[in-house]
Amino acid sequence: MNATEKIKDTLAKRFSALADAIQMPRERRLALTVPFADFPAVFDYAVKELKFSHLITITGLDEPEVFGLIYHLAHDNGVVLNLRTSVDKKNPTVKTVTSYFPGAEIYERELVDLFGVKVEGLQAGNRYPLTDEWPVGEYPLRKDWKADKQEKHHA
Amino acid sequence: MHDSPKFKIPLGPQHPALKEPASFSVALKGEKILGVEIRLGYNHRGIEKACEDRTYTQDIYLIERVCGICSHSHSTCFIQAVEELAGLAVPKRALYMRTLIGELERIHSHLLWLGVAGHEIGFDTLLMYTWRDREVVMDLLAELTGNRVNYGINTIGGVRRDITPAQIKKTLKAMDILEERTKYYIEVASQETTLIERLSGIGVVLPEDALRLDAVGPTARASGIARDVRRDDPYAAYGDISFDVITDNHNDVYGRTLVRVKELLESYKIVRQVVEKMEAGPITVKAPRKIPAGEAISRYEAPRGEDAHYVKSNGTEKPERVKVRAPTLANVQVVKHMLKDRYLADMSIVIAAIDPCFSCTDRSIEINNLDNKKTKVITWETLHTQGIAWHRKHGIDFTSLNKRLKARIK
Repeated sequence: MNATEKIKDTLAKRFSALADAIQMPRERRLALTVPFADFPAVFDYAVKELKFSHLITITGLDEPEVFGLIYHLAHDNGVVLNLRTSVDKKNPTVKTVTSYFPGAEIYERELVDLFGVKVEGLQAGNRYPLTDEWPVGEYPLRKDWKADKQEKHHA
Repeated sequence: MHDSPKFKIPLGPQHPALKEPASFSVALKGEKILGVEIRLGYNHRGIEKACEDRTYTQDIYLIERVCGICSHSHSTCFIQAVEELAGLAVPKRALYMRTLIGELERIHSHLLWLGVAGHEIGFDTLLMYTWRDREVVMDLLAELTGNRVNYGINTIGGVRRDITPAQIKKTLKAMDILEERTKYYIEVASQETTLIERLSGIGVVLPEDALRLDAVGPTARASGIARDVRRDDPYAAYGDISFDVITDNHNDVYGRTLVRVKELLESYKIVRQVVEKMEAGPITVKAPRKIPAGEAISRYEAPRGEDAHYVKSNGTEKPERVKVRAPTLANVQVVKHMLKDRYLADMSIVIAAIDPCFSCTDRSIEINNLDNKKTKVITWETLHTQGIAWHRKHGIDFTSLNKRLKARIK
């Protein structure tokens, strides 16, 4: 059994309800979609017990009925776990993971600026990556946001 | 210091050195940095959004322009994800070509960095030497790909140009020249006392902090963290090639210098193996225009550290979502940590040492009284006058000396 399968098995044993949802698209890649309520426990287990010591980044997705969030976690042995959850679009709020990974701050700010996802517990600081003058309520990576609309606004 | 005010100095966002404008708001007490606020995003061009409106082939060229130096890193990282989604078996020769260009890019980038680092500490001879030598690899890249930067070598399913036996000969000769020069730089880095003294003990990141703050690339490796995607999550031809992951335990800017210089030697080793092991064969496979629905994440060890691209496809010829995480973004928190409680004078070289940079000091100072949050801007002249007054108060007074000097001139 290789390292990827071993991690997959351990994860399946710990979260038996999610066992069938764990995917292994190729060697060194694991993907798991978890319900929003289970996410903190799975994330905590992946970081603390499975030793995924590196958060590569967080990807936001407009799905488009919900916002998808993928936390790309990497292990020292090269295995990447794409831990995915989704939040309701009406009041999209997630908790910060900066207590696990201080470097996540900038990735979470991207979610705030580009998707309009609120991140609870994110410390005050400069926004990223949009300008300070960026109009309120405009979130460029949402699917209903079009670049030409913005251009017309400026013209 | 007595009751010296805390200063907040804005540095940036415009700066002539390297790429990426960034703004640093530095809170100072005396010369000591109390904290740094970083504002990024000045170069946000909306590339991720733009990718969604273009075909995969168009996106290669767009993605290649994410960075002016790591262009091949980004296009390879992106294309690997797309090829995984399309289920393409990329020919071996193409993977070797990508590895070759990738290492030449690293050589160009590390030599460029060494020059910039030299410049930041006032060692411009090093800048002139390294940038002269860098021309060897730039010429080689132009010969192999047609361009000095933005090589355009990648295409979905392979590469667009093959290498000829004559070019292999040129490549090997260039490696010999560069290796000799690099050995000289290692000698400089290990013996030149001004360089050692200036770079040692600044920008310190202890191994536990490098891990905690998720440092990547030479920044992590100079703190003893053996993190290298080429070895940990092999892509292109790296699985077939032997090389060492260079680490260092100095944990400072000096360590980062040693790591980069020694990595150059590893790159020459890799290039030699690549051209030796490269087997004849096709350089592309036919790729479909429409990519089946799915998602993939690809990693690449760029000269500055781990680069990551996530691609989600929807069965059409345009991607549903492209996410790019360049290495510098991962090192932002590390920079903040490096600067805290250190001296302002070390700032430019410390920032340059993670390999983005800025080099500008604004000509006015914005004072933020941290206690009552009031801000006022004072001019260079006022600062000058205040400086003289401060020294006078502390017993350093040149008034009589100036009078005598004036009398003598008369």
